[in-house]
Amino acid sequence: MVMKKRKRKSIPELTSIFLNGRLIGTHADGKSLATRLRERRRMNELSNQVNIYYNARLNELYILTDKGRVRRPYIVVENGKSRLTTDIMNRIKNNELNWNHLVKLGIIEFLDAQEEENCLIAIKEVEITPDHTHLEVDSSNIFGVVSGVLPYPEYNSSPRITMACAMTKQSLGIYSANFAHRYDTRAYVMYYPQEPMVQTSLYKALRLREKAAGQNCVVALTSYHGYNMADAIIVNRSSIDRGLERVTMFKTYETEERMYPGGQRDKIELPTPEVVGYRGEEAYKHLAEDGIVLPESEVDGKDVLVGKTSPPRFLEEISVFGAVEEKKRESSLSLKSGEKGKVDSVLITEGPSGNRLVKVRIRGIKTPEVGDKLASRHGQKGVIGLVVPQENMPFTASGIVPDLIVNPHAIPSRMTAGHLLETLGGKAGSLGGTLMNGTAFSGNTEDEYRTILKKAGFNEYGEETLYDGLTGRQITTKIFIGVVYYQRLHHLVSNKMHVRSRGPVQLLTHQPTEGRAREGGLRFGEMERDCLIGYGASMLIKERLLEESDKTIQLVCTECGSIATHDYARNRDVCPICDSENVQPVEMSYAFKLLLDEIKSLYIFPRMILKDKG
Amino acid sequence: MTEKDKSKKSNVMIAPFEAVGVVCAQSIGEPGTQMTMRTFHYAGVAEHVPTGLPRLIEIVDAKKEPKKAIIDMHLKSSYARSSTEAEKVAKDIASVFVSDVASVEDDLENLVIAVRFNEKDGKAQGITFHMLKKALETVAPDTKMDEHQNIITLKPSKEKTSAKGEKKKLTAKAVRKLTQKVKDAIVRGVKGISRAVVIKGDNEYFVRAGGFNVLGASIHAGVDANRIYTNNIKEMEKVYGIEAARAAIIKEIHDVMEMQKLSVDIRHIMLIADAMTYSGTVKSIGRHGLSGEKVGVLGRAAFEETIKHLINASATAEEEKLIGVTENIIVGQTVPVGTGKIKLIMKGKKKE
Repeated sequence: MVMKKRKRKSIPELTSIFLNGRLIGTHADGKSLATRLRERRRMNELSNQVNIYYNARLNELYILTDKGRVRRPYIVVENGKSRLTTDIMNRIKNNELNWNHLVKLGIIEFLDAQEEENCLIAIKEVEITPDHTHLEVDSSNIFGVVSGVLPYPEYNSSPRITMACAMTKQSLGIYSANFAHRYDTRAYVMYYPQEPMVQTSLYKALRLREKAAGQNCVVALTSYHGYNMADAIIVNRSSIDRGLERVTMFKTYETEERMYPGGQRDKIELPTPEVVGYRGEEAYKHLAEDGIVLPESEVDGKDVLVGKTSPPRFLEEISVFGAVEEKKRESSLSLKSGEKGKVDSVLITEGPSGNRLVKVRIRGIKTPEVGDKLASRHGQKGVIGLVVPQENMPFTASGIVPDLIVNPHAIPSRMTAGHLLETLGGKAGSLGGTLMNGTAFSGNTEDEYRTILKKAGFNEYGEETLYDGLTGRQITTKIFIGVVYYQRLHHLVSNKMHVRSRGPVQLLTHQPTEGRAREGGLRFGEMERDCLIGYGASMLIKERLLEESDKTIQLVCTECGSIATHDYARNRDVCPICDSENVQPVEMSYAFKLLLDEIKSLYIFPRMILKDKG
Repeated sequence: MTEKDKSKKSNVMIAPFEAVGVVCAQSIGEPGTQMTMRTFHYAGVAEHVPTGLPRLIEIVDAKKEPKKAIIDMHLKSSYARSSTEAEKVAKDIASVFVSDVASVEDDLENLVIAVRFNEKDGKAQGITFHMLKKALETVAPDTKMDEHQNIITLKPSKEKTSAKGEKKKLTAKAVRKLTQKVKDAIVRGVKGISRAVVIKGDNEYFVRAGGFNVLGASIHAGVDANRIYTNNIKEMEKVYGIEAARAAIIKEIHDVMEMQKLSVDIRHIMLIADAMTYSGTVKSIGRHGLSGEKVGVLGRAAFEETIKHLINASATAEEEKLIGVTENIIVGQTVPVGTGKIKLIMKGKKKE
């Protein structure tokens, strides 16, 4: 197509002009038209929302005025000079000019993705050459919304920045100011969120301090009896007791009075013992007369939150007396096993189909514990490896005890120098009570931090002599200690921990259930089985796959080889196929019995030939 | 043997009831997973011969025609010394078609075929006009030929008498057919061998050819028929027998592993080769080969095509003897490998 077009207009080289994607005409010199149009825009004769893009290869000019284009502001550069001169800067400082004036004066303009293709944008003013057309308003603008919030990204390796971005999104804080009035299925709120000591300009611009997610922790970079190997983190128990990284989890349970064909419906009420599947008085102890839990009652285990009864599955179950008796089924909403907390609030409302809907919000405190995940804003994540009483933690000469101990091995291979710089910056900031600036390319420098630390009487490199909390002896090495903003990530062990020795089995196969929610086992799969075969441990295979799984004793007819049954009425073992009483008990897997049944459904009659074990 | 040697020997020996098959499968399978990842990265690089996982699959599946069959022919000593002599052999073996040295055009109006010899191409291939003529005579024996400078005109007879005595007129369709036949006729070389190059080996030159016809190539006077190798396992079996095929399987799998710098014990590879060839013919591993011939119905049904095996077994009233590993796991018994095979026998009283 491109070739054709070129051939057709090869005689007069005219530029096609497109307005919002529609061809509106041609022009003899598209490139100069583009420059002239841009000049007009800068002189405020065209709307500043118009963008112009010239494609030299296709000789096409695009004028874009559509809605929905993502645009970004830049300082206009002309003849190798920024239009934002010192003179103008002074006028801004004197409040004579504001942003809108700058746009109107053509000092700042917005570019969209298309027009950017025609531009050469300098990141720093000193980089400007005569070829440049624009200058970033601030160098850190090259970062996005999430990465722009990270301090000192220019000191970190890029994979760690990516990881830090991913983890910042998992951090727990105050996600919304109206959390107390919301019924999110799952939500976390931090008890004492803090704004970071080291912030970026974007952090301020986005006013993220109002939705802070993390706390400034005193972090020592040292080992602790091997409990912080491989990215584990040591936490001071007293810090936890004082509320460090403490979080509340809200969880909403809901149930609906559903309608069934035939005019029947569920009923939210306190189930009576006559109801089929009654769980016993104990399970309903928190319910009020209306069958709904009372707020602030402490619930755990499988306690019922909302009592509910449903109509019977089959209509008109005739009782022994011949009368039609409406037996109701129990279908209450109960807390998931293993969870506990207090009932925060109850909401009774109407569902989308007009049914009565009850939502119950449970609140539980999630204190940091061994296995919970913490991370700094430099991709330095770790799980809590040990919670140590404050008296056993190392302390400085001035009596400062760290909140966290991070292993120094986490630093060199990952090249997160930004983490160290933030440690220094956080410390310097804390000493003077001032927030530090960690914006990319323009943040506070190491030298600035060093002078602050020196002035405050601290070691300028952030290192201090620590004393072992267990022995009281001085630790011979100086240890790097400072303040880092640590985030609690929403991977909490209490929501993941799972064990099983005995438990529920599946109805169909009699094998253990799968998954944490069903209290299931861990699958001993095919490849695991192969390993045991390869090792020759055949007794162990039998134990895993039969004894610990779906072992049954089935009666087998010795004459026809089919599965026999026990006739309780006459108290005898009998084969239902050939009516023989020559029946033997055989140990087999229930799955095999099921397989025989399924083979029968294929119209194939499988017979078992029995032999004595030899 | 000293005591030390004896203990060394017993350490090396496989224990009774050791599950060698599973260990073999795991020992080849695990490095195989690394191979998949690595060949993936090589994608896009022009590969001449399939290596890595694709080649491994090719060998194990016992494909009739590998993607690129190679025949290595060592030469008799008089030819192997100099590259020029070896080059001659290579030229003799690589097939040259009529269409390579001449343009063949059919004239459907007059029902004749014009073959124009291209001297430039002929010289490059070492083909003379005379050789072309001879080749034409063999493909179209009962055809009149007119020579005019470089052009040979084939004039098939206008009428043909069939075996029944009926006379048949020459059709344009028949001429077309003959044209194609002439184009594909071999002027010189061995049928089935497309290319041949001379490669310098250790102290001698040998010819590496691409194609399938080992037997045809071995007839050549320069080729040492006892030293021909092809990576085509089916052809190795056909020409040299099952033991050669076994050796070829071992070599080919070993080479694939070697190339990726994966070290797999040769005995695992030998076990695979043995399993593929013990019946006397080369069998693939998988549904159509070894796994499809397992003794137990349940074992086959557990592998692939469950219902097919069950129904066939029911039609012949097959008995499951519970010999294999899978079968016993299905019913829930101990597996007949390792400790599962060991049993205690009461020792009777000694007779005196």
